[in-house]
Amino acid sequence: MMRIDTSGLDPFAPFTSASGDVYGDVLSVPSFELPRTTDFDGFQKKSVQMVKPAKGTTTLAFIFKDGVIVAADSRASMGGYICMSIVYLFFLHRTMIAGWDETGPGLYYVDSEGGRLKGKRFSVGSGSPYAYGVLDDGYRYNMSVEEAGELGRRAIYHATFRDAASGGVASVYHVGPNGWQKLSGDDVGDLHYKYYPVIAAPVEQEMSEAPSA
Amino acid sequence: MSIFEYNGSAVVAMVGKNCFAIASDRRLGVNLQTIATDFQRIHKIHPKLYIGLSGLATDVQTLSQKLAFRHKLYVLREERDMRPETFASLVSALLYEKRFGPYLCMPVIAGLGDDNVPFICTMDCLGAKELAKDFVVSGTASESLYGACESMFKADMEPDELFETISQALLASVDRDCLSGWGGHVLLVTPTEVHEKTLKGRMD
Repeated sequence: MMRIDTSGLDPFAPFTSASGDVYGDVLSVPSFELPRTTDFDGFQKKSVQMVKPAKGTTTLAFIFKDGVIVAADSRASMGGYICMSIVYLFFLHRTMIAGWDETGPGLYYVDSEGGRLKGKRFSVGSGSPYAYGVLDDGYRYNMSVEEAGELGRRAIYHATFRDAASGGVASVYHVGPNGWQKLSGDDVGDLHYKYYPVIAAPVEQEMSEAPSA
Repeated sequence: MSIFEYNGSAVVAMVGKNCFAIASDRRLGVNLQTIATDFQRIHKIHPKLYIGLSGLATDVQTLSQKLAFRHKLYVLREERDMRPETFASLVSALLYEKRFGPYLCMPVIAGLGDDNVPFICTMDCLGAKELAKDFVVSGTASESLYGACESMFKADMEPDELFETISQALLASVDRDCLSGWGGHVLLVTPTEVHEKTLKGRMD
């Protein structure tokens, strides 16, 4: 394993090794392991890409009494993936990590700089401000799974309407104590006319032949 | 990002047999944010002559008002409506007048001329005319509109088929463009009547 020497960053670290040994204290100075790869720059770029908020999308997640709701649009390719273990269930979506352990549901927001926030509800992507608006307005901790799923779907729909870079299918997932389940996957093209049906405008005035005198 | 892509737009015109159709999207956005979904990009000059303006919305409105005004003066002096060719030259001159500080929109002009011969043309923002016999496109969705029109257009279509073709071409094209869409607006003009329809579209 290659190691990168970070002793130069430490102001109190000795500049030279006391012993004349070629390797000396190299292995004991402050350092961290480098990934096993021939293309370090490429690896670093890919790693950052993995946790970077994907542009032109909307994803949201929130905690409520029965677990976690995760919802997303489909305009850009899905950047998230799902990984499961026996004890914990993690549902990783772009930069939100939602899961369930013995302490109950958990939700974290992670950014590409390594920031980590714990919270009740998060939304990421270019459509996130619109999703937050709907989410903050409709959120209650004591919601049923159906109500929570509908809130997630509606928040994604409104984000796809206002944000040009979001659209496609609004998918909603529920993460409970025993695993995750897809609640809905609706084409937002149909969803719009479901939420806002087109009402035929009444004819204000119709042309007719003037009665002859 | 180009100023032509600030508001987002899609405009297309097609020629049929003794008729033409002109269509546009209805979105007005500010970059990625959708502000309104009932924006007018097609303007009537007279019942057989229309102009669709893609590009910066503020200049679309300024230009359409200037053109309506110039056409009214023409009618007062000449006591007849303008021919499409004449109108295209007027638009071209009006745009070139502002050669070094142009109106930031690209017009599509469509009309029925003498003997109801259809006329379509487009221009860049400086007024360079581009005449066509089949179809013309403009706006942020222009690339996808070219593709859709290239494959769907047939010469000498009857009015009904022309309406269907231009509507499908518009709706298909704006689905591939983030900045345009949110419904459509189609005008079909024949020598005797004008059909105007608002299209329901994907609102994303």
